[in-house]
Amino acid sequence: MHDTRAQDMGTSTASPLRVALSAPVYTWNFLRRWPIIPSLILLAVVFGAIFADSISDFEPDKGSLRDRNIPPLWFEGSTTVHPLGTNIQGQDMLIRVLRGARVSLIVASVAVVFGLIAGTVTGLVAGYYGGIIDEILMRLVDLWSSLPLLLIAIVWAVSVQPSLWSVVVLLSIFSWSAGTRNFRGEILSLKHREFVTAARTMGANDFRIMLRHLLPQIVHIIIVVTTLRTGGLIVAEAGLSFLGIGLPASVPSWGLLIAQGQPFLTTQNWWMSVVPGLFLFATVMSLNFLGDWLRDRLDPRLRQID
Amino acid sequence: MRKYILQRLVFAAITLWGVTILVFGLSRLGPDPLLAFVRDDTYGLAEHTVRELRAKWGLDRPLVVQYGVWLGNIVRGDMGESIATQRSVRLTIMDALPNTVQLAFVAWVVATIPGILLGVMSAIRRGSAIDYIGRGIALVGQATPAFWLALLCILFFAGYLQWVPVGTKAPSTASLWAQAQHFILPALVLAFDPWATYLRLTRSSMLEVLDSEYVKLARAKGVSGAAVIMRHALRNALIQPITVSALLLAAFITGSVFVERVFAWPGIGALAVQAAVDNDVPVVAGTALIFGLGFVVLNFIADMLYMVVDPRIRYA
Repeated sequence: MHDTRAQDMGTSTASPLRVALSAPVYTWNFLRRWPIIPSLILLAVVFGAIFADSISDFEPDKGSLRDRNIPPLWFEGSTTVHPLGTNIQGQDMLIRVLRGARVSLIVASVAVVFGLIAGTVTGLVAGYYGGIIDEILMRLVDLWSSLPLLLIAIVWAVSVQPSLWSVVVLLSIFSWSAGTRNFRGEILSLKHREFVTAARTMGANDFRIMLRHLLPQIVHIIIVVTTLRTGGLIVAEAGLSFLGIGLPASVPSWGLLIAQGQPFLTTQNWWMSVVPGLFLFATVMSLNFLGDWLRDRLDPRLRQID
Repeated sequence: MRKYILQRLVFAAITLWGVTILVFGLSRLGPDPLLAFVRDDTYGLAEHTVRELRAKWGLDRPLVVQYGVWLGNIVRGDMGESIATQRSVRLTIMDALPNTVQLAFVAWVVATIPGILLGVMSAIRRGSAIDYIGRGIALVGQATPAFWLALLCILFFAGYLQWVPVGTKAPSTASLWAQAQHFILPALVLAFDPWATYLRLTRSSMLEVLDSEYVKLARAKGVSGAAVIMRHALRNALIQPITVSALLLAAFITGSVFVERVFAWPGIGALAVQAAVDNDVPVVAGTALIFGLGFVVLNFIADMLYMVVDPRIRYA
């Protein structure tokens, strides 16, 4: 029976019509199995952020009154000189969006690294030592992850001079508690394994065991949490800058660009918000997809991470 | 049961205390504690204003005493005066609070009831069009930042279709229909994220419950389809969505700040952001405390609700 089925499939796929029809299905399955599209989008955004000044000849802050309000390509009145159009001051949207990508990516990646170092150390210490230390640290994580952190951001905005670094510090504080519970859980089950006992027998101290023996065992969780967390941080940064309490107004971040376009949404210049918003949306979606894919590949048990 | 309530109360009290410490600490980060109450602008400060403020808030005394004085005044309802408007912070907040509560209430109703209903529907009719469409919208929506979604809604529904007004709240003298129209977009945008979460959670827990032995037994006994779902399955399936209500709160509060800002809704969220932009420390501190208080109280209510729907908690 197995043979006949294989034969059936063989004959049916041999028909040229079937092949033509099933080609999109193969493509679709291929795209579902490998995160091609998200990776391409992310690569393009990173490339654009790095080579922003080579891609566009314009300056983000320099406008030309003659070239105001040009819509993006394919809309009436667009030009190829400004593929993403210009804003109300005649500034080129492409260079502004790419510079925004640079800012967003720098802020989010620095914050995610700082936050995850702190989170990993917390998880390692809590899981390894257990007892009262574990109890206190985990309660802190619970409390922290349930607080509406935007409130802290609002108070932060009036007490600290706004700059790139104040936002990075704030976002690092935000991302600290992400994944800590997963790190701790994994360490809890790892610390009683033979290789840890063996290391201790050979005279390794706690610090060495945590750093050299336990940390490499949770690298896969760190990778997944980092990917999923970066998207959230990009949104957080954009949100703060949108509200006007994030990066200073002199830095062209995505959130600021979206906010600048808002008053013109219902007039003719809708693209001023929509273009940077699309970049933000595509980047975050891609990071989420990539993170989900990595999670399913590396450790499907991590489902509860959002 | 008493132990559980007591435990949650202590947790709520600790959280609230932490919020006051945080707000106090952050608002005193500047070089001079006086800056938490006035701005040192080019005109300089009147001698007697400075003297009064120092006396009232105990600014010459150690930080711990300052905290005590500050907390005492706050508890008595005195949060100082706004730097920007010279108006009492308490009155400013009192004006904005009803607007926030109204919007949040409408949004919460819009999120929970359709979210849970659709979740149940998707679970019963698994794989149907309604299942796919509902989950598809929820998936895309959860990845969309609230402020960006709000702008797209303004662009499409207010700008292109012109079905609803662009934003802000209608004056209370306007007709009921006009007032309701102003609620539509902000409430829908604010409701979107919790709606999607409720849908997803209700669906998954309903699927799990529908597969359990006691539901099969009820069906085998001949209980009608609707009665099985309403009386047997739904009750248990609702435990999980209610449990996460507390966790959703933080996101809901964050969302309300963004929605109020985008739609120029005269609520506390917009007030807080405007104050932060204007560097108006007393208003920022006051609004942050009110948000913190609301958060703690609602969290406590959600915990109590959890206890009511899940009797196992009472004996734990």
